[in-house]
Amino acid sequence: MSPDHLLDPGAPLPLLPGHSSRGRLERVLRSGKFAVTAELNPPDSADPREVYERALVLSEVCDAINATDASGANTHMSSVGICSLLTRAGYAVVMQISCRDRNRIAIQGDVLGAAAMGVANILCLTGDGVQAGDQPGAKPVFDLDSTSLLETIRTMRDEKRFLSGRKITVPPPVFIGAAANPFVPPYDYRALHMGKKIAAGAQFIQTQYCYDVPRLREFMARSRDLGLAEKCFILVGVGPLASGKAARWMRAHVPGIHIPDDVIKRLEGAENQKREGKQLCIDLIQEIREIEGVSGVHVMAYRQEEIVSEVITASGIMRDRQARSQGRRVGKEKATL
Amino acid sequence: MTGQLESVLRRGDFALTAETTPPDAGTAAPVVARVACLKGLADAVNVTDGAGARAHMSALAAAAVLAKNGIEPVMQMTLRDRNRLALQADLMGAGALDVRNILCLRGDDVTAGDQPEAKAVFDIDTLTLVRTARAMRDDGLLPAGRKVEPRLRMFIGVADTPLEPKPGWRPDGLLAKLAAGADFVQTQYCFDVGLLRRYLAALADHGVPDNVFLIIGIGPIASARAARWMNDNLFGVSVPAPIVERLEKAADPRAESIRICVELMQEIAEIPGVAGAHLMAPRAEEAIAEAIDASGLLSRRKAA
Amino acid sequence: MYAVRLWSVRNARLLERVYDLFEPALVRLHPLLRRIGYDRLEKPMEVVERSVKGLLFDCQMCGRCALSSTGMSCPMNCPKSLRNGPCGGVRLNGHCEVKPEMKCVWVQAWEGSRRMDEGDKILECQKPVDHSLKGTSAWLRRTRELVEPAAEPVKKAAS
Repeated sequence: MSPDHLLDPGAPLPLLPGHSSRGRLERVLRSGKFAVTAELNPPDSADPREVYERALVLSEVCDAINATDASGANTHMSSVGICSLLTRAGYAVVMQISCRDRNRIAIQGDVLGAAAMGVANILCLTGDGVQAGDQPGAKPVFDLDSTSLLETIRTMRDEKRFLSGRKITVPPPVFIGAAANPFVPPYDYRALHMGKKIAAGAQFIQTQYCYDVPRLREFMARSRDLGLAEKCFILVGVGPLASGKAARWMRAHVPGIHIPDDVIKRLEGAENQKREGKQLCIDLIQEIREIEGVSGVHVMAYRQEEIVSEVITASGIMRDRQARSQGRRVGKEKATL
Repeated sequence: MTGQLESVLRRGDFALTAETTPPDAGTAAPVVARVACLKGLADAVNVTDGAGARAHMSALAAAAVLAKNGIEPVMQMTLRDRNRLALQADLMGAGALDVRNILCLRGDDVTAGDQPEAKAVFDIDTLTLVRTARAMRDDGLLPAGRKVEPRLRMFIGVADTPLEPKPGWRPDGLLAKLAAGADFVQTQYCFDVGLLRRYLAALADHGVPDNVFLIIGIGPIASARAARWMNDNLFGVSVPAPIVERLEKAADPRAESIRICVELMQEIAEIPGVAGAHLMAPRAEEAIAEAIDASGLLSRRKAA
Repeated sequence: MYAVRLWSVRNARLLERVYDLFEPALVRLHPLLRRIGYDRLEKPMEVVERSVKGLLFDCQMCGRCALSSTGMSCPMNCPKSLRNGPCGGVRLNGHCEVKPEMKCVWVQAWEGSRRMDEGDKILECQKPVDHSLKGTSAWLRRTRELVEPAAEPVKKAAS
């Protein structure tokens, strides 16, 4: 029997008591370790090779990889598609399901499909508006929202039935997550709102980018007061910024991302802004990991997967374990190619 | 060539497709278990998509599982549950997971199923979906103008229902689907060979080319009661009285149903203009396998 | 109308009180309503409801009114029709990700809920919309639910 670290990160593990899934992420979180997840932005093309290349870099440094679901409302390969490729190649994935493009019938089908493909983690999202993408005429569905999506998956898993009441013979063994964004209004509702999602079934949370640590501390204090940090694993979103200009652009054009002035000043005052942006990310990770109730970080770097790897390694948060064995190619992606 | 279905059709052999509904389970094994009996018999197996407006495992996942296990799938895509973004995303996913055939159809209304509260999407229609898939394959382009590399490899199918041609009727729907780029057609059940011949003649009269791959829907009907149910509930389906009677009188309805199916298969295989048979039998994939075997149609094939 | 629905959120407490009188009044009228026939009342009630709630809240007649649980801010005005908002895309000025000229419906909902006596209903998880109820009278449905919990809900006739 191979020791854990020689298995592919996505290889199904025995189902432990009290666990919902056979995945690595849940194991790491429940054992009290500081978890790291990273995001993979799918290529515009349908080329599996590009997917594998990006995943390979990330898999060395994180416990699971998020495969985004038409984020920014531009069509890419579906999340089920990407996650199937990745799980077959041996990676541990978090499948993102957004409520924007599918109704409850399709979504329930995708949940079973994901489980059949070996996906152990599902992140329930509302989804960006269609206006943000390159086909703004598409009809926004939003039949479910992230809360009712959480409840749906929990019902399928724990009550072994569809929303209609019809039985499911083999329930999907999935670890269910949701998103939270403490950094935009209404600030004093955000922790309570996260509480709603936890009540609906969220077992882990990934937040939007954090560049405002004081705001995060307030949110975490409130969450602890509400008893939420015990019920749920909270992973804080972080990411390197390429430059002061990039930061200004993001703040002005991407709703949901808040970057305080002093962060921008720090970048603009630096000799090498890109290096400073990377260092900023490392510093943030160090600060965030000390906050009580935070269980991990979720590293996002749009089209900069190599930097993600450098940042995580430099921050030292993965020092206590190996994401995968050094020098061992993950899974069978060679054969598949 | 995208796969066996296209090869068989293009070389002029009589194609045999079957159909299965994905399971209500979050695991791959039941997908294969249901259709394992069809391996080596059916050229391709359709995987339905939310048939009857009921949730099951997604067609994409089930099709990917079949493809991986050596059974060529035809992934059905309905327009009821997903908008164009999701449909395009699933086409790309299908391409990457070795799913090489699709069947584009509208889908039953939400009211037909067990979740009438669901929101019906119908963002685009069948013709748009066919055109989209064709552009992704032939031009390597998404509707928004972005490239798809490598290009989608896909054999594109549409659905049709053979009907008694009435005066003034034209097959506009089918002609539009063919113009949009459909490569093959699978029809709803047709148990009345006379009606089929008249329908085909009418198609020819109205300009449908005779080299269109028309795969006619048939199947073993479990019992006389099932036959009557189909007559009452399925639009465009009429099981002729003699067949209902045979089933009624049979000592072993199952064996008789397979016998009837085999006779029909052999009869329509002789009709010029019919490229194959599409065998459907809810939860009775074994019966389909037996019918294909007993029909002897595979042994008539030219060397593969 | 946008300005009016902002007013409704500012005056959520007043509207809560009005509804707290209105709902039991409808329940008391149940014997009369039943004698006239709920089916017969459906169409006229839809008209009244659409006019009143349309003016006050930009009501979309979803058939499953949740205003008491959303601080008197109708969630169907959200471009993502979230029943458990807000989403993570709220702009820093409290405006909507999809429609920047509009205040976020759920920022409004939270504010309204803080003014109401039973504003904590906003913490309850709302079920997804039942699309087969679109266009029907929520008032009548609610009345029937309170009086005859086992009765079949009125669905919109297939057109």
